[in-house]
Amino acid sequence: MRSVASSSPLPAHNSPPRHNSSFVKSIGAIIWKDLAAEMRSRELLTAMLVFALLVILIFNFALDLDATTRKAATPGILWATFAFAGTLGLNRSMALEKDRGCFDGLLLAPVDRSAIYFGKLISNLVFMLIVEAVVLPVYSVLYNTNLFNPGLVSVILLGSIGYVAVGTLLSSMAVQTRTRDVLLPILLFPVIIPILIAAVNASSGFLQGIAQAEIMPYINLLLVYDVIFTAVAFMVFDFIVEE
Amino acid sequence: MEPQPVALKVLNTLSILFFLGALGMVFLYAPLEVTMNYVQKIFYFHTANAWVGMLGFLAAAVAGFIYLVDHDLKWDIIEVAAIEISLVFFLIAILSGSIWARPSWGTYWTWEPRLTTAAILEMVYIACLLLRQGIDDPDRRARFSAVYTLIGSISVPITFLSIRLFRTIHPVLIGSGSASAQGSFDMTPKMLVTLFFTLGTFSVIFVTLFWHRIRLGQLSQLVDQRKLEE
Repeated sequence: MRSVASSSPLPAHNSPPRHNSSFVKSIGAIIWKDLAAEMRSRELLTAMLVFALLVILIFNFALDLDATTRKAATPGILWATFAFAGTLGLNRSMALEKDRGCFDGLLLAPVDRSAIYFGKLISNLVFMLIVEAVVLPVYSVLYNTNLFNPGLVSVILLGSIGYVAVGTLLSSMAVQTRTRDVLLPILLFPVIIPILIAAVNASSGFLQGIAQAEIMPYINLLLVYDVIFTAVAFMVFDFIVEE
Repeated sequence: MEPQPVALKVLNTLSILFFLGALGMVFLYAPLEVTMNYVQKIFYFHTANAWVGMLGFLAAAVAGFIYLVDHDLKWDIIEVAAIEISLVFFLIAILSGSIWARPSWGTYWTWEPRLTTAAILEMVYIACLLLRQGIDDPDRRARFSAVYTLIGSISVPITFLSIRLFRTIHPVLIGSGSASAQGSFDMTPKMLVTLFFTLGTFSVIFVTLFWHRIRLGQLSQLVDQRKLEE
C-alpha cells in the first residue's frame, strides 16, 4: 500500500480539485468515523476521564487543597489536568489509526490531506471538550467552587482549540516514531507553554472577577496562538503524512 | 573525506587567538564594575554565549524551513548542527547567568521571561533531538525535525512575549530597561569595547564549530551510504 502512496510526487496531486462541499464532506466523514468508533468502544473517553479524575485526586493530596489554596490553585489544576488527559487522548486517537492500518487507508482515500488533519483535529477537540464538560462540574461539586462562568468556558474552548491544533499535528508525528508513547508529551509541552500561561491567567482572572480589560491581553494571545498554529499545522501536515 | 580546507584551519587558529584575547580583555582591559566587582566579569561571556545561542536558533529555523521547500538533505545536516551548537551555548548562557544571578539577584533562578524562554528553548531542542533519535529513515527524520523546528521557532518567541506580560527584572543593556530591573549598570566605553570584542570572538567560534559540525554530519551521512552499499 505504501508504494502506491509514495509514487505520487505531490500529495495534493491525486486528490480532486478542492470543492468546498466535498472538502467539508470528507472532514465530516472522518469526524463521524472517529465518533462512531468511540461510541462503540468508548475506550478513549473512558481512559481520559478516569485519568483526569485521578489527576485531580492527586492534586488534592499533593497540594492539600483547603479553601484559601484552592482559590489560587484552581485554574492551574484544571489546566494541568486538561493538558495531561489531552496527551492520553491524542496519543490513543492516532495510535488507533496507525495500529490497524487505518491511517494508510485514509491516506489512500482521494481527499485532500488537510481534510484528514481537520477531521482528526475536530474529533480530538470533541473528545477534549467532553472530558472538560465532565471535569468542570465534578470539580465544582468536590471543592464547592462555582466554575460555571461564561468567561471561563470561552477560555477553555480557545485553549483547547490551540492545544488540539498543535497536538494533532505532533501526535501524527510521534506515532510514526519508535518511541511514540513517551514522545508526544515531550514534543507537545514545550510548544504549548503560551497556551498554558494565557489560559491559566485568563481563567483565574474570570474566576476572581478581575476587570475585563486586564484579561483581554491573554484572550488575544490565545486567539493569536490558535490562528497561527492552525494555519501552520494545516500547511505542514502534508510533510508529516508523506510516505 | 577531504582534509580541512585552509579557511577552516585559519578559523581554528583565529578562534583560539580571539578567545585568549577576549579573556585578556575581560580580566585586564575592562575596568572593575563598582557595585558588582568581579562578578560582573561573567556578563561578557554570558551575553556572548546567549548571542551565539540565538544565532544557532535562527540558523536552525532557516535551515529547517529551506529543507521543507527544497528537500535536500544537506539542509538537514545544517539544521541539526545548528541545533546542537545552540543547545550547548544556551546551556552555558543559562548556567553562567545563574552564577551571576546568585550574588546580583540573591537567587540562582527566577521565572523571568528571558530565563524561562531560554529553558523552554533548551527543552524544544532536546525534544527535537529525541524525535530524531526515534526515526531511522533519513528523509522522514529530516522532514519531522524540520517541522518541529518550525513549530518551535514560532512558539518560542510567543512564549517570550506571553511571559513578558508579567513584569521582568532582567537588566536590559540595549534599549530602555524596565524600572524594576535589578543589577543593571552603565557601561563605560572600555566595557563596551570588551563586550563587542567577546561578541565577535564567540561569533568566530560559532562559525568554526558550525563548520566542523556540518563536516561531521556529512561524514556520518557518508558512513550511512557506505553501509547501505555493502
